[in-house]
Amino acid sequence: MEQTIYEWVRGPLVWVGFVGLLLGGAVKLTRMALLAKREKSVFPTFDARFGLRSLVHWLVPFGSHNMRARPVMTAVSYLFHVCLLLTPLFVMGHAVSWQQSWGVSWWSLPPLAADLMTLMVIGGCLFFIVRRVAAPEVRNVTTWREHAIILLVASPYVTAFIAHQQWLDYETMIVLHIVTGVLWLLAIPVTWLSHMLWFVFARAYMGSEFGSVRNARDW
Amino acid sequence: MADTVDMAVKDRGIDEAVDKLTPERIEAVIRHVLDHESAARLKVYLETCVRCGLCAEACHTYMSRDRDPDYAPVAKVRDTLWAMVQAKGRVSSELIKKSARIAFTECGACRRCSMYCPFGIDIAYLIMTVRRICSLLEAVPQYLQDTTNSHAATSNQMWVQPDEWIDTLMWQEEEARDALNGARIPLDKEGAEIMYSVIAPEPKILAQLIGNMAVIMRAANVDWTMPSADGWDNSNMAMYSGDFEVMGRVERAHWEKARQLKVKRVVMGECGHAYRGAVYDGPKWLGWQKPPIPMVHAVEFYYELLSTGRLKIKQKIDTPVTVQDPCNIIRGRGLHEKLRYVVRALCSDFRDMEPRNEHNYCCAAGGGVINCGPPWKLSRMKSIRVKAEQLSATGAKICITPCHNCHSGIEDVIGHYKLGMHVSFINELLIKTIELPE
Repeated sequence: MEQTIYEWVRGPLVWVGFVGLLLGGAVKLTRMALLAKREKSVFPTFDARFGLRSLVHWLVPFGSHNMRARPVMTAVSYLFHVCLLLTPLFVMGHAVSWQQSWGVSWWSLPPLAADLMTLMVIGGCLFFIVRRVAAPEVRNVTTWREHAIILLVASPYVTAFIAHQQWLDYETMIVLHIVTGVLWLLAIPVTWLSHMLWFVFARAYMGSEFGSVRNARDW
Repeated sequence: MADTVDMAVKDRGIDEAVDKLTPERIEAVIRHVLDHESAARLKVYLETCVRCGLCAEACHTYMSRDRDPDYAPVAKVRDTLWAMVQAKGRVSSELIKKSARIAFTECGACRRCSMYCPFGIDIAYLIMTVRRICSLLEAVPQYLQDTTNSHAATSNQMWVQPDEWIDTLMWQEEEARDALNGARIPLDKEGAEIMYSVIAPEPKILAQLIGNMAVIMRAANVDWTMPSADGWDNSNMAMYSGDFEVMGRVERAHWEKARQLKVKRVVMGECGHAYRGAVYDGPKWLGWQKPPIPMVHAVEFYYELLSTGRLKIKQKIDTPVTVQDPCNIIRGRGLHEKLRYVVRALCSDFRDMEPRNEHNYCCAAGGGVINCGPPWKLSRMKSIRVKAEQLSATGAKICITPCHNCHSGIEDVIGHYKLGMHVSFINELLIKTIELPE
């Protein structure tokens, strides 16, 4: 029975996650592009040079005034995001799965590095939760949803780490890892995790407006 | 927790309108604005915000009110627009009253928070959307609404009548000729190099600024003109009250006047929000990519005249001065370097503020906040303690304010916090320092 569940989550459920993310993302992007067309000034305002200028300043650590004003937040948040995105792409377990399923193979992280990066993601989530509780200006706008989203983001990394260390039953952990991972992917288009999708556009738009319309810097 | 004294302020413009609201009307207006007047920007901003609170310290209101989290930009949006969106417009009239207080009196749409949000969310735009909703529900502070009514009826902000306008210009021409032989205020001169735009407070209460400009133009030998009829005032308080129809009308009239006169450029006097309305918000509402004729702000114009030697400085002012960076020409146009060039050209003891340039704090008067009038003055003073601290730290005796709202706002700050300083437009300093032809 357990084997069946394992097979099911490893097969169709993973597809549900990826297809859901891609479809959800595509629907959102198309819908937003149509809405942006309705606002006559949005597309003409976009400017590649100024948009990129703003993106670079906000993607390079300490590239903006606010990032420099909060070094701990900047360092944690930067490492968190890098590890969050790179670990699933290059962790050996995933590379093996892709090799087995689709025959594609690419470079994978040494296990120790993957462990440390996973811990960084979990640590980052803990940091964000503590910050949301401790900092009054963040606590004031935080509801259970914010905590739930952070826990959801952390959960595939926690389960992966436990599985890798073989602290609990390996297969159960992998099943939980895949289930939480799929929920995580599906949550991206429907929660504020969609900042993953919108960051580039919102930032580039603000950079364009500041640069080409207002002749000023936005960092 | 928002200040209870501010919550109890009586404002007929808001209170009487709120009493008449019905749930159906509130819902219809909110849905109209959300579904028909806003589109991608609003939705992306609402979906992207992760409630990180990194915008908080950008806000002078939050900083001045001992970091009360309810004054953080994200909380202002949570308490107004989010509440409306989440309830799909089914909100109480009490929420509209609260939203009007927050959007009109506790946020000046200065856009400093946009520079602190990692995602570049235009929080000021979200607050302006709240103002739009309040305006359609007619829940606007009475004094602010009066300026919009004046725009609708007279096309200018302060009920200046056509004969008063021309009379004031002629009077100021006489004053200018007393100061400098040959100074003129040419009216409706077709094909002039420059049309000079002022806002209604100038003819109404600060007419000498127009006379000063006539002297400056003569000293620099500039080919200029001013319109004799409507279209001369683009101060556009309707932009801030949320009456975008009137805003569009004011901007269109202003640009049509400039086109009729076939001028090459428009020089905007020392006013930040008029510049914003003419260059940014007005064209956006009218669906224009940019204004039909280039506009330069007075700071840019003075910079040109001074850096090319068309105006020469006879003697610098040695009183210690500092300068306020008006949001709409610094964050809105990047004129901070030129502003400092002008100030250094006129004054020998310049003491800059900290933070400065794009990161300087708003004066808390702009964005229509000062136009909400006496009922809200104490609240405004509580929201701008940081500016008093900034000013005091410079040790300056004069604060140069190249914007009408900054000028009045900082004058209030100086009085309220007893800073022992004065405010001055650049125009007033130029008159004291430039060489006049024989």
